[in-house]
Amino acid sequence: MSLDFKPQFDSFFKDETFEGSFTFRNSPQAIRRFPFPFDRDEYMYSVNIEPHVRGRKGSVFENVFDVDEHYVSEMRDRARVLARDPLRCQSLPHMDLAGWDLLELIMENLATDYPQWFHLNKSGNDWHWINKPLGIDQKFTFLDNSTLPHGPMEYITRQMQGDFTLQDEREGNLWVDAGMVTTQADWSLDFDIGMNFFEWHAPVPLAHEKMVFERALKFLLKLQHGSPVRRFNWTMTVNPLLDTAPETYPEWGPMRTSLTQENMGEKMHLRVELQALFRLPRSNAIAFSIRAYLGKFAELVTMPKWGRRLHRVVRDLHPDLAAYKGFLRNRDAMVQWLSQYDDGAPTSPGIWPED
Amino acid sequence: MTKTPFPPAIKSRPVYGELAPRPGTAHLIVADGEGAEAVRDLFARAGTDAAAMLAKSHILYTPGPNGTDQWALIGALGAAQAQRTPSIPTLLLRLARVLLDARAGTQVYLAGSEPLMGQAERDIMATGLPHADIQKEHRGSTVRRVQCVHCKGITENVRTDPFVCSHCGLNLFVRDHYSRRIAAFQGVCIDAEDPGKVPASVERFQ
Repeated sequence: MSLDFKPQFDSFFKDETFEGSFTFRNSPQAIRRFPFPFDRDEYMYSVNIEPHVRGRKGSVFENVFDVDEHYVSEMRDRARVLARDPLRCQSLPHMDLAGWDLLELIMENLATDYPQWFHLNKSGNDWHWINKPLGIDQKFTFLDNSTLPHGPMEYITRQMQGDFTLQDEREGNLWVDAGMVTTQADWSLDFDIGMNFFEWHAPVPLAHEKMVFERALKFLLKLQHGSPVRRFNWTMTVNPLLDTAPETYPEWGPMRTSLTQENMGEKMHLRVELQALFRLPRSNAIAFSIRAYLGKFAELVTMPKWGRRLHRVVRDLHPDLAAYKGFLRNRDAMVQWLSQYDDGAPTSPGIWPED
Repeated sequence: MTKTPFPPAIKSRPVYGELAPRPGTAHLIVADGEGAEAVRDLFARAGTDAAAMLAKSHILYTPGPNGTDQWALIGALGAAQAQRTPSIPTLLLRLARVLLDARAGTQVYLAGSEPLMGQAERDIMATGLPHADIQKEHRGSTVRRVQCVHCKGITENVRTDPFVCSHCGLNLFVRDHYSRRIAAFQGVCIDAEDPGKVPASVERFQ
């Protein structure tokens, strides 16, 4: 595979893989800052949306967009997936302006939050972008597609961890009319592009009956520029696969049958999505970032509170949710493995490992 | 046969109503198979306005997936223009030409099977008309057009679940998840995790 950037691996940015050899792992620092999504010992759907404000130093909430030790390798994996299947990134023709809005949002925040890695110089619409970890130096004209090697959304999301979708707002609904989707939990942008909020969430069980999506849409339509919001979602992934797309399910599905008590800690990953929503200023579209974090079971149980809690959540989850999230067949084995790390002691409220 | 009753399904699965005459500068009507009866009922509902509406109507018709050909019903209506085409693909070619001349204020009515209505809707939406402005009434066959999410190939007239993708040969189960842009339901490999373990096919769509 040829890359149109020059990855700069160093003592911080790790050279690792999310396929084949699966060399991905979290450093002790990355485990400590893992966005563990359960604030109590049980889980059910809710409209768990909160303001996306800066949080604890060192945590994934410290900055607007979190760039971590996996950044360079994740961008290499995205380039691999796109080379193989360009349909993973699509933008309907009316979404260009929203793409430029997103490019501005990401570039400005990265340059502000990580001056050691990213620089943005603007002189009117003449912009100069430097991305040191990926070895990119690009001069271009803001709002002029012909001055970038890709459309604006694709250009910038090839340089930012996490999937992105852009929602157009019309007819009192949100329409997923563009996206960069290579680190997804089993949904197809190519199939869903153009759908409205209820349609693209249609396959989710239980939540419609609870009116979760009606309430969430109502909330999101009121989203204001400058006041982003966030929520967690989660699932389980066997092997550190960022790309679990329906398209390639025949390739990764069989990996779900490879689990034993001996390899559970290394192979089974809690996959957490930190999702943030931003109203965009020119297009009035909504940008949705879906950042996936993978944590090996063996890594997570090094935090005793998380070991206890993960055991209880997995054990007690509604079977429809376990089936939807794709781990019903492995649930008993997961519970058996996790039970070693649950001594029955009470856990403190909240997500932090040591509070 | 009146409107087809469908079991409750997820929210991306299209729902259909009953064609109702609406005032318009012109009336574009696309139907297949038993959809001819819905077209007949549409004009019956127009009552004394039927003649004026027919004078501004263009009907495209093709036999249904199960072979039902009610062209005689359409031909007898007396629309300003009406054409019978031998298949959905040829109907869509005619539709493309008609859409080139479609004026603002044209009312659009679709009737018959989902593959016909879905593909006509897709082509009409591509001209900028919102799908909510397109009336649809289901009649006749419930066979499905299904896209394999793996090879992206589309299998027409799917009757059983699971079925074998006519392109890549994988065993697919048929979801109710539906894309208007592709005009197809989604098919997903049913034995990816246990290759060869395929449940017996059931005829779900007729």
